[in-house]
Amino acid sequence: MFEGAADSESATAKPSPSVTSLKSRRSFLGVLLGLGSLVVGALLAVPLIRFSLFPLLRRTTELKGSPVGEISAFSQLSEPAMRTIQIEQVDGWRKAVSEKAVYVTKDGQGQLRVLTSICPHLGCTVPWNKEKKQFVCPCHGATFAADGTRVSGPSLRGMDTLETSVQDGQLVVRFQYFRQLVSDKEVIG
Amino acid sequence: MGSTHTNECGSSSRRESGPWAWLNHRTGLDDLLRSALDEPIPGGARFAYIFGSGLLFIFISQVITGIFLALYYVPSADHAHTTVAYITKAVTAGSFLRSLHAYGASAMVIVLFLHLSQTYIYGSYKGRRELLWLSGCVLFGLVLAMAFTGYLLPWDQRAYFATAVGTNAISEVPWIGESLKRLVRGGTDMGTLTISRFFVAHVFFVPACIFALVASHIFLFRKAGAAGPVNEDPYHPKQDVELFYPRQVLMDLSLTALLIAGLGLLCFFVPMQLGPPANPADAQYVPRPEWYYLPIFQWLKYWHGSAAIIGVLVIPTLLVLAVLALPFMDRSVERRPWKRPVAMAAYAFVVFSLVGLGLRSQYLDRHDPGVAQQLAKQKAEEAEYASKPFEPELSSASLTAENATLADPLAAKGKTLFEGQSCNACHGDGGVGTAAAPPLVGVKAKFSPDQLAELFKHPTAKMNAGGMPPIDLPPDDLKALIAYVESLK
Repeated sequence: MFEGAADSESATAKPSPSVTSLKSRRSFLGVLLGLGSLVVGALLAVPLIRFSLFPLLRRTTELKGSPVGEISAFSQLSEPAMRTIQIEQVDGWRKAVSEKAVYVTKDGQGQLRVLTSICPHLGCTVPWNKEKKQFVCPCHGATFAADGTRVSGPSLRGMDTLETSVQDGQLVVRFQYFRQLVSDKEVIG
Repeated sequence: MGSTHTNECGSSSRRESGPWAWLNHRTGLDDLLRSALDEPIPGGARFAYIFGSGLLFIFISQVITGIFLALYYVPSADHAHTTVAYITKAVTAGSFLRSLHAYGASAMVIVLFLHLSQTYIYGSYKGRRELLWLSGCVLFGLVLAMAFTGYLLPWDQRAYFATAVGTNAISEVPWIGESLKRLVRGGTDMGTLTISRFFVAHVFFVPACIFALVASHIFLFRKAGAAGPVNEDPYHPKQDVELFYPRQVLMDLSLTALLIAGLGLLCFFVPMQLGPPANPADAQYVPRPEWYYLPIFQWLKYWHGSAAIIGVLVIPTLLVLAVLALPFMDRSVERRPWKRPVAMAAYAFVVFSLVGLGLRSQYLDRHDPGVAQQLAKQKAEEAEYASKPFEPELSSASLTAENATLADPLAAKGKTLFEGQSCNACHGDGGVGTAAAPPLVGVKAKFSPDQLAELFKHPTAKMNAGGMPPIDLPPDDLKALIAYVESLK
């Protein structure tokens, strides 16, 4: 096939003296076209690259802060108050909403503090015992003071505090899980 | 072989050493490029011949944009619409790429029509080009199949109802119509299996056929040779030839540049909209197909009852057969359109009919106040949905969804106890089970409420060993807890 094409090229009745200049003109054009295609191709690749790099440029998984309640509602707090928060976890185009119980309490200086209800020992949900004025874990009997500090029992640390912020008068908490059975608080997710 | 060619063609245009020569020696790339570019065109390069390579360009663009869209798309009735909404509303350049793919389909149909018209008017199907024509006809069908299957995938109102109507038409086929429709839909109604089927056809099956047929179409074209202008002999071309490169290449590239610029501007300034998700219960929706299916849509309106077979099956089949048989029936070497009045009249008739049917459909929609109003409403709903920010889909594991189903207040109280007593610490939220303890889902089938109460108060030795403590609750609370555990599904 190539032979045929070559034959027809030589038989194309192109004047022979200009063959060399034609060849060089054609190869110059070839380079120009090659470069042009490269530039246009690169230009067309820009949206493709931006499209596929989206997870690198933007957070596609995130844990949003959860509102606990009006900050003013906690000013007269005399004992830890249990609140159920909704945790919204975004994963690409979907989100999972789960509920977790937290305690709003006060630390030694009277500042608001939010505790997770998950026992740092083995992960049971710790209820507040009104009579004993302590948190008492129903599983293995670990006890904690109203501000969450460890009193007795198998737990190696006090109840875990959560990061809080105030947005538009709302107490907002960032829910996290912590490693159990260790003496230092360590985030696991 | 490479060395003989070097001698033949002269060394001026070839480098004897270096990476290019090495690559060329290993691959024969230079020969390949030459045989591609040195295609002889009798009568010289013309703008009339640019449509074939334009089609190839759009096809490649569709393949690339399609692959990238699949990065985020999920073909299921649950997620298809959410993922397309994610692409258009959240992902960077997503709206642009989706528009490029969607408008690319329309561009493909337009350029395909021009390519076919040029071939027909120029009589380029004549002279041992029967297979070339046939492969082109099959490619036309495959492109329409791509448009039809791709249209459903976003699963918005427009896609759902247009495809519902489109697949309903299949049941007009005599004897096997109903089964055929069920086969295409994957069931009696449109659903998630329909998406799977359309997705597989759109992404694997039809593209594979297109790749194979494009290859054979180009092979057959090169085997037969370019037909040249209308006054050229289709069997034995006599006119002076000009090579494909450079002038025809430049002409072809001008169409490519026009397509890039046109599609790019259109996608940037008028991006393709995504309507609200498909709602099969919507009885008001007035479905309308994409513009290139409007003539067929209008045509089907004229055929009802026992005559439907003629309109839906007999006439289209005859038309398709006539098109396929064209190079076998029309054996004359005459290619000049003005000497082929019957062929040109037939072409004009078909084109005017198609355009007329399409315009008629538009006219009827505009002059039926009920339909026009509903169509305007649908358009407004689409625009409204498009302007809303992206809302992630609530995953099925979400607890709020579970709470909503707890209509029984006793079970709802039991849920609070379940969590308050830390049952969920080991048995998992919603009793789904964890590594520490078995799932409680479905215990209702195994134990009566009394048996459960007994087990809660006095766990078996095996349960004790697993860490299950006895539950000491007031009778009312125990009842609530049992109601909740029994409600777990």
